[in-house]
Amino acid sequence: MMNKKISQQIAFGTFKLFGVIVIAILFSILGFIIFNGIKVVNWEFLTGFPGEGMTSGGIFPAIVGTLYLVIGSLLFAFPLGVMSAIYTNEYAGKGWIVKFIRMMTNNLASIPSIVFGLFGMALFVNKLNFGDSILAGSLTLGLLILPVIIRTTEEALKAVPDSYRQGSLALGATKLQTIRRVVLPTAFPNIITGLILSIGRVSGETAPILFTVAAYFLPKLPTSIFDQAMALPYHLYVLATSGTDLEASRPMAYGTALVLILIVLIMNLFASLLRKRLSKNNKSK
Amino acid sequence: MIEAKNINFYYGDFQALKNISMTMESNTVTAFIGPSGCGKSTFLRLFNRMNDLIEDTRMDGELLIDGKDIYSKSADVDSLRQEVGMVFQKPNPFPKSIFENVAYGLRVNNLGNKSFIQERVEESLKAAALWDEVKDKLNKSAFDLSGGQQQRLCIARALAVAPSTILMDEPASALDPVSTSKIEELIHELKKDYTIVIVTHNMQQAARISDKTGFFMLGELVEYSDTDKMFMNPEKEVTQNYITGRFG
Repeated sequence: MMNKKISQQIAFGTFKLFGVIVIAILFSILGFIIFNGIKVVNWEFLTGFPGEGMTSGGIFPAIVGTLYLVIGSLLFAFPLGVMSAIYTNEYAGKGWIVKFIRMMTNNLASIPSIVFGLFGMALFVNKLNFGDSILAGSLTLGLLILPVIIRTTEEALKAVPDSYRQGSLALGATKLQTIRRVVLPTAFPNIITGLILSIGRVSGETAPILFTVAAYFLPKLPTSIFDQAMALPYHLYVLATSGTDLEASRPMAYGTALVLILIVLIMNLFASLLRKRLSKNNKSK
Repeated sequence: MIEAKNINFYYGDFQALKNISMTMESNTVTAFIGPSGCGKSTFLRLFNRMNDLIEDTRMDGELLIDGKDIYSKSADVDSLRQEVGMVFQKPNPFPKSIFENVAYGLRVNNLGNKSFIQERVEESLKAAALWDEVKDKLNKSAFDLSGGQQQRLCIARALAVAPSTILMDEPASALDPVSTSKIEELIHELKKDYTIVIVTHNMQQAARISDKTGFFMLGELVEYSDTDKMFMNPEKEVTQNYITGRFG
């Protein structure tokens, strides 16, 4: 009797300890970046261009570039991913083709991002002649997040009870109407989860943009999708490894990291609010 | 009126229905009873072609609803389902407002303009004996309703597209006794305007609400007659054994 209680307490204590350790690690990373970065983050840092060999000035072009890449890659990957998930989940049945597609999607998700970078360079930059450009970078990042969007959309569609589909069909609705009016609206809050994950991924990836869009330094903002752009993760890499005076640009690097984290946080927040709004009707008491 | 002639139905190699012929009259309630797996639900789902959704199934025989062969090559499934409504075992309202649930069938079938839809929703909710309970909260989520109310909402939803026939697949089996008796009263009312076919596990329910009863077993229609006769004086011994609860 005593033994059971003691082992219970030991187990519980161990779990608690590890939980606390994980949280401590997370907060110390966050705290470290905030502590080191907050000193340089001010209005000028957010709205200015880099200056004096990147030891002063701001990161405005990198913020803009990252926003462009997020929007561009989502414009490409979100509709494509959602539609292909609708196909595999609602139309394709359960044959071997679908199993094969699903397997390939999973494989796609586990390919290292640098490989996407190389592929993007070969196809979009060189073969299709887009050059180093926002277009090429967005498409490459889009490919990278495609499997994430497909998977989360499929899960979201699977979570829609079949009884909704049957109820709709039994009223004389076509399959397309059923999907558009019942299945998608029900699944959408969960599909947004894929969107949130993708935003984080796109904002943070460096390897896929290395050869396809990222510029070391640009004196002006991009004006078309065929222009190069700076981006936060690559700028961070540059600041940390290849500035003219690494010691002097170190605070700038922390500031950039902080801004990157904040941007992802804000976009996630925005997406969760959207998710909440959309799932208002889905809740049962 | 539903006329079934020599219906056989297969799930893959398994024959679920064996040579069933029967006629269900308009403005009557016909109940299907029988032990689980006897094929009564399968048979019901043939009438609005819901079995089409299941892969690897096959039917032969002839099925006429109001004189139309619903399995003919030229038959349109979507308009059939508008003509033949269905209420499922578990209430399955859409995650939409009460109003939009009832309006759904009208919208997808392009029936009428805004004011017509408004009128029709009210009529249908009244016909389903739900109007008084929901008239002040039509824009609330359908999930705010109780199980019994949800099921009546599903009935209203089916009535809205003006079907001639309503199929009910154990519509009260997930409900409490009070809700159940409300549904039964409702079925009694609806009989005036619709052909109603109901599958039920509950023998008392069949006896209470139906005019005719079909007893199914192992994919066969064992006996089909007036409900009174069926429960007072069945022709076959196996029917007698089932309704007196000797197996089931």
